[in-house]
Amino acid sequence: MVSFMGNKRYCSRDMLNKIILSIIYCFFLPGCLFLYSVPVAAKDYNYINISNPFLRKTPVAVPEFKAFNGHAAEVRAGKKAWDILKDALNFTGYLKTMNPAAFLSHPAETGIQLGQINFRDWTGIGAELLITGGVIEAHGKVKLKLRLFDTFNAKLLVGKVYTGPRSQIRKMIHLFCSEISYQLTGKWGVFNSKIAFISTVKGKKEVFTCDFDGQNIKQITFHKSISLSPSWSFDGKWLAYVSYARGTPQIFIKNLKEKRGTIVNYKGMNISPDWMPGQLKLAAALSFSGDQEIYLLTITGEIIKRITKSWGIDVSPSFSPDGRKIVFSSKRAGTPQIYIKDIESERVQRLTFKGPNNTSPAFSPDGKKVAFVGIEKNNINIFVINIDSGMQVQLTMNEGDNEDPSWSPDGSMLVFTSTREGGISRIFVMNASGSDPRRLLKLKGKQTQPAWSMSKTMEN
Amino acid sequence: MKNRMWINLFMAVLVAGLFFTVSCAKKTIVSDATTIEDQAKTDAQAKAAAQAKVDAERIAQQKLEDQMANEKALKEAKAMAAKKRFENQDIHFEYDSSELSSMAKMLLKEKAAWLKANLSVSVTIEGHCDERGTTEYNLALGERRASEVKAYLGDLGISASRLNTISYGEERPIDTGKTESAYRKNRRAHFAIQ
Repeated sequence: MVSFMGNKRYCSRDMLNKIILSIIYCFFLPGCLFLYSVPVAAKDYNYINISNPFLRKTPVAVPEFKAFNGHAAEVRAGKKAWDILKDALNFTGYLKTMNPAAFLSHPAETGIQLGQINFRDWTGIGAELLITGGVIEAHGKVKLKLRLFDTFNAKLLVGKVYTGPRSQIRKMIHLFCSEISYQLTGKWGVFNSKIAFISTVKGKKEVFTCDFDGQNIKQITFHKSISLSPSWSFDGKWLAYVSYARGTPQIFIKNLKEKRGTIVNYKGMNISPDWMPGQLKLAAALSFSGDQEIYLLTITGEIIKRITKSWGIDVSPSFSPDGRKIVFSSKRAGTPQIYIKDIESERVQRLTFKGPNNTSPAFSPDGKKVAFVGIEKNNINIFVINIDSGMQVQLTMNEGDNEDPSWSPDGSMLVFTSTREGGISRIFVMNASGSDPRRLLKLKGKQTQPAWSMSKTMEN
Repeated sequence: MKNRMWINLFMAVLVAGLFFTVSCAKKTIVSDATTIEDQAKTDAQAKAAAQAKVDAERIAQQKLEDQMANEKALKEAKAMAAKKRFENQDIHFEYDSSELSSMAKMLLKEKAAWLKANLSVSVTIEGHCDERGTTEYNLALGERRASEVKAYLGDLGISASRLNTISYGEERPIDTGKTESAYRKNRRAHFAIQ
């Protein structure tokens, strides 16, 4: 169902091999799997391989929702849910909703269930996926019936019913989107994730959070000082960040719900915290020894282990998804470069060799790649390097300074800081291949250092 | 009758003697009067001289005081200028470097001299960076710049207890421009008197 036919005319001859491979991959692999109609664990296959850099967006038809009783409040609720769903699907780097003007049938009138849908109406217009929705509204309570179909195979992929107050429509739709994501990519996606970032308030840097799509902005700190480098704990309950609120840079570890926390305040500098996946431990760069080194800390700031042991700058740790390695920046070889260290065996591997200045690494959620910032001749750009092959791809080019890459929890996207609009630092997202960059937030002041949470964050 | 003549003679002699004596006495009084006049003159002169001396001394004193005040003001101005220079003359660095140039070392020798002349003063050495470089890396680089400066001042005999360091990375630029000269200004170690 995912094919390259539509794209073929754009391909040059030297890409032929890749294209053939892609066609084989995209056609043949899922095709094989379709033969097994028994439920296959979603982890074992992907409809959409989001790490494919030549990913073509899959067209999905989302016709208007059916309002079962048809009263005004119900129609409004249905319209709201429909809009949120389309926005969420378009936010992904791998789906695009189709223009309703092209639709040949209208499930809102003819029925939203399997058996009521004429799939040829949808395959005929190129829709590879179809989502139908129905809404029942009574006394502020909303019931949403949502279904995802594979049109070419006339198959129901996901069917869910959500019930809740009208105020929770957004959450219900995003839960359904997570199900869609899991079906299509084998990952829960970005829909219940959050992004922490730094924004200036009257010239002072404070920590903020927002939903994956830039909605629900909340100010978290009110230090009126310099706050930097936010990082989410794996469960989304804790934020660690750096603040100068008490004079020197110290790491504040804050429980978002319970208003408690600790401050890591060793002598010297306490910077660049990064939480370990799956455990409430964190890595950070401390300089109390007179040299900047990366340490593994407990949630109360006690040192479990010194991780780096080299003279010179060692900063910006980022854990591998299994928590066993960290990738970090070090100047041990004379210029800042990216290294990976196995915490247990202490084996160190230098990752970057191109360019004079590579910093700010971020381990990809699949553990295969590292995004980082490369600086050359005043050009600050984001790159991704494959750990095994050492192949390096530049994701941003000729569009201002680009810094602070952070992966979406499913690895399909990166959030980053760019000065491409008016020379002021703003937060953008792009697909992991560098395509589709778009501004995330419309907010006053400067925004920097976005940090994407892991998939399952607490709902506030 | 002869006796009478002797008495007269005697009398005459006596009178003459008396006259003589009186004459003599009169002479001494005159002499005294002259001395008093001279004394008054001398006294007046001495007084005038003393006054002149006092005046001269007072003028001299005034001059000295003026001079001292001037010197003090000058000294204070110089001290203030030295302090200002100490605070305002930043130590500059090359891009992505915390190494001290010969110029930086010269300026630091001057700062060390000032610190030796002002023993009661403690300072904070702030390390700063230009905006090229990531936030966290620049925090680390800024700290190394401040530490290098502190270590060099230590070599010059300044007690480490008088020297604090802090890094602001790229958070506090003094020139927000995107030119080489702006970057150069921002790559600095700054001294703040506590």
